[in-house]
Amino acid sequence: MKKVVSVFLVLIMVASLVVGCSSDSGQGSGDADTIKVGLNYELSGNVASYGTDLSDGIEMAIEEINKNGGVLGKQIEVIKMDNTSDSAEAANISERLITRENVVTILGPATSGNTKGALPPAEQHGVPLVSASATADDVTVDSNGKVRDYVFKTCFSDSYQGVTMANFAYNDLGLKNAAILVENTSDYSIGIQNSFIEEFTKLGGKIVAEEAYQSKETDFRAVLTNIRAANPEVLLVPGYYEEVGLIIKQARELGIDVPILGGDGYDSPEILDLAGADALNDVYYSNHYSPMDTSEEVVAFRNAFKEKFGREPGAFHAMGYDLGYFFADAVERAGEASPEKIRDAMAETVDFKGITGTLSIDENHNPVKAVTILELVNGEPKFLKKLEP
Amino acid sequence: MKILTKKNIYTLVLVLLIYFLVLLLSNVGIIDSYIQLNMVIVGINIILAVSLNLITGFTGQFSLGHAAFMAIGAYASGIMTAKLGQPFIVGVAVAALSASLAGLLIGIPTLRLRGDYLAIATLGFGEIIKIIGLNNDYVGGAIGLNDIPRYTNWTWLYFSVIATIFIISNFVKSYHGRACISIREDEIAAEAMGVNTTYYKILAFVIGAFFAGIAGALYANYFYFIKPDTFGFMKSIDILVIVVFGGMGSITGSIVGAVILSVISSFLQGFPELRMVIYAVILFLIMVYRPQGVMGDKEFKLFNKEGGLSGNVSSK
Amino acid sequence: MEHFIQQIVNGISLGSIYALMALGYTMVYGIIKLINFAHGEIYMVGAYIGYALTTFFNFGFFPALILSMILTSLLGVVIEKVAYKPMRNSTRIAALITAIAVSMFLQYGMMYFVTPQTRSYPNILPDIQVSLFGTNAVVDIRNIYILTVTIVLMLLLQYVIHKTKTGKAMRAVALDGDASQLMGIDMNKTISYTFAIGSALAGAAGVLVGIYYNTINPLMGAVPGLKAFIAAVIGGIGVIPGAVFGGFFLGVTETVVSALGGSLYKDAVAFAILILVLLIKPNGIFGSNQREKV
Repeated sequence: MKKVVSVFLVLIMVASLVVGCSSDSGQGSGDADTIKVGLNYELSGNVASYGTDLSDGIEMAIEEINKNGGVLGKQIEVIKMDNTSDSAEAANISERLITRENVVTILGPATSGNTKGALPPAEQHGVPLVSASATADDVTVDSNGKVRDYVFKTCFSDSYQGVTMANFAYNDLGLKNAAILVENTSDYSIGIQNSFIEEFTKLGGKIVAEEAYQSKETDFRAVLTNIRAANPEVLLVPGYYEEVGLIIKQARELGIDVPILGGDGYDSPEILDLAGADALNDVYYSNHYSPMDTSEEVVAFRNAFKEKFGREPGAFHAMGYDLGYFFADAVERAGEASPEKIRDAMAETVDFKGITGTLSIDENHNPVKAVTILELVNGEPKFLKKLEP
Repeated sequence: MKILTKKNIYTLVLVLLIYFLVLLLSNVGIIDSYIQLNMVIVGINIILAVSLNLITGFTGQFSLGHAAFMAIGAYASGIMTAKLGQPFIVGVAVAALSASLAGLLIGIPTLRLRGDYLAIATLGFGEIIKIIGLNNDYVGGAIGLNDIPRYTNWTWLYFSVIATIFIISNFVKSYHGRACISIREDEIAAEAMGVNTTYYKILAFVIGAFFAGIAGALYANYFYFIKPDTFGFMKSIDILVIVVFGGMGSITGSIVGAVILSVISSFLQGFPELRMVIYAVILFLIMVYRPQGVMGDKEFKLFNKEGGLSGNVSSK
Repeated sequence: MEHFIQQIVNGISLGSIYALMALGYTMVYGIIKLINFAHGEIYMVGAYIGYALTTFFNFGFFPALILSMILTSLLGVVIEKVAYKPMRNSTRIAALITAIAVSMFLQYGMMYFVTPQTRSYPNILPDIQVSLFGTNAVVDIRNIYILTVTIVLMLLLQYVIHKTKTGKAMRAVALDGDASQLMGIDMNKTISYTFAIGSALAGAAGVLVGIYYNTINPLMGAVPGLKAFIAAVIGGIGVIPGAVFGGFFLGVTETVVSALGGSLYKDAVAFAILILVLLIKPNGIFGSNQREKV
């Protein structure tokens, strides 16, 4: 009976030692030859596709940086770990990257939820954590309104995109009755929905239908039939391309011909394959940049990406790529690879030029960057307008 | 029955000794935050595995919904401590009670089922609870509940684990525990011998849920952040794997299982691309080569009856 | 009315996919009493095989469907031989965890080779919408293909199980494995046949889903796998028409729930129905009642 207890005690000690030792190997190389950066991404589990895209983008950027001589004369060493799309495992990996691998910065995770899981160790040990895709407003600011010292993001907040699209629908398109189809399992989607509703109704518009779906679903006909019955003038689908592609296709098949609006989750070449060119008309979304941009950097990135991976890059690739450079830029300006200096440099970022636009970091550790509205014409994104922050 | 036997005194001394030793090592920094975090994960897994072992290993009831009770505990404690500003003790108590109440409500209808059907029904209840969490705006829905105060520390963790092991290992040795085991061995025979099988199945379910609720509270108040996805089907499977790997009906087995699987998991962190593939292969090999688990249904004993060191594996 | 017709059409098209998967599930469960969690993954592999055949080798619809069924049936047999056969005499729970391990292995093994990104099928079936009764309600031509394939396969299966020697052997093994061995039935061979047929059906469902929804990914099998099992239980495990009924019933119910505004709760409703069916009629709607023997 009680002897059972004692066994547990011995075991927990042994385990602690084993866990402690087995991961100590990284500590030996903690000298100043390389600058270590940790990647804490969802490489398996239900959001693996986002995590893999982002880490591919980051690794591509770091490879380029190293080929061009690294930062401060040193090479950047990437230590990549899989948090299995679980927030507790994300915390575990943050802790390990910081205390065992001695990284100077953590990049990731992909989703807001896992980022919230991963950030406490970063705050506790004073190591910067930057996510390129955790869009929730409360990632960088806690529930008391206090800014988290070491947490940054380089993507729009959900509210920013929601407000932009509400204004676009009401003022530019002149439409008053909107229906919404939200991905209920995604904080990103819900975040855009909430700010859209608030802004759109404030402007005088009306929400005529609200329906929801879950991630990885493939059949949206039932909810779309409901939306068709409500006769909206415009349909907001704030989701990711994987589902949105199918939703647009099925909506058009059911005869829903109204404009469809969304956010940067639409930006992927896949959407064309999923929905087909015919369905992708009258679709508008907000994005960081235009993939059709002909500026030198964007073209160079697209070509390099195609050469490496054999396909067109999507938004997550571009954002990961920028995150890699954002990190290198901060280290360069910090002058030394210490977490505190890097944090200060990140907080002072002004006009960092990346593929996805120019960004500055504001006092809430959110980026200030221009938003671009794109229109899909036969599946091809066309630049419509650019809104400066 | 004598309580102050030599053996019990030794055990008590050892329990306290280790508690203070770890406390000391943490304070001087030999046990750093990474080891602490892994001790929390292992400790929570031990509570979950031991409590599921009571349901599945000792009473023989297939449950694929254990994570749901953990979810109820985590959210109950999260609401109490983060939203209502109550102290942690209230959070833990409400977590344990609400989880055991859920265990009662779910147990009464489903425990009439047997084998795989019960497994699927509990899986269904687990998913239903997750879906309710996803659609409840008060607790944040899919966005999750953030900024839960961190109250879980070594003291809370350690004594929760000790309490779970102590209570459940005593329960299975009691009259009631024997009744539960008889249901596992042969339900019809047990019934014929006058064991109220429905009562004992539900009792085991409620006790198991109670401790899973505590585990949920410890989880929520350590990791700051909870979301419904965390407590899905895969979490229930993870707990079940610990129980089966350690040995069904062996409490020391569940402890060993939780520790070894945590070590395997942290070892696999170094193989990001193949992590889950290797895990699946390990799982498969364990099931093929040692389907009865590491400990079978034996217990590991550190002290013999007289209180001397024995270190034997013995059956009960 | 028009919306009602549309929703019923939606439900039937969703249900036909559940039905096709439930057919394989019900056979495998009926014979070895193992919840084959890997069934959903075989369906996923089938979808990828179909994708590779149509995209890289320019196969047409029927050749791709048949070849993918053949390959997935081989995969099913291999899985049974390698993973499930050693577990036949161990506890149910160990076998269940083995099934989960196989399912994880296929998911993440596939993810390792093809990346987790979604892929889309080329258009190999005409993409035509037909308006029903001159109303706004539309039905997709591919829907009709799926429905036809499901019903043809169901009839074929019914024939195999009730009219052929192999089918008789399957029924005997399902009823009592040991007794059937005593009667000279090769149990291993019969189980292999069952896995081959069940997996071929899953492969067919994978290809059809890939074509119909135009999207596949390595984790696509998990949820439909579970739904198919629910469908099989609702209809009565081991009963072929029951599985088809269960599939359609589940599809229509989910659609009706969504139509009534409960789209977020449709999975919860599916599980609630499962639990209700189990409590009221544990052997399923089409299953025969069996008394437990001591």
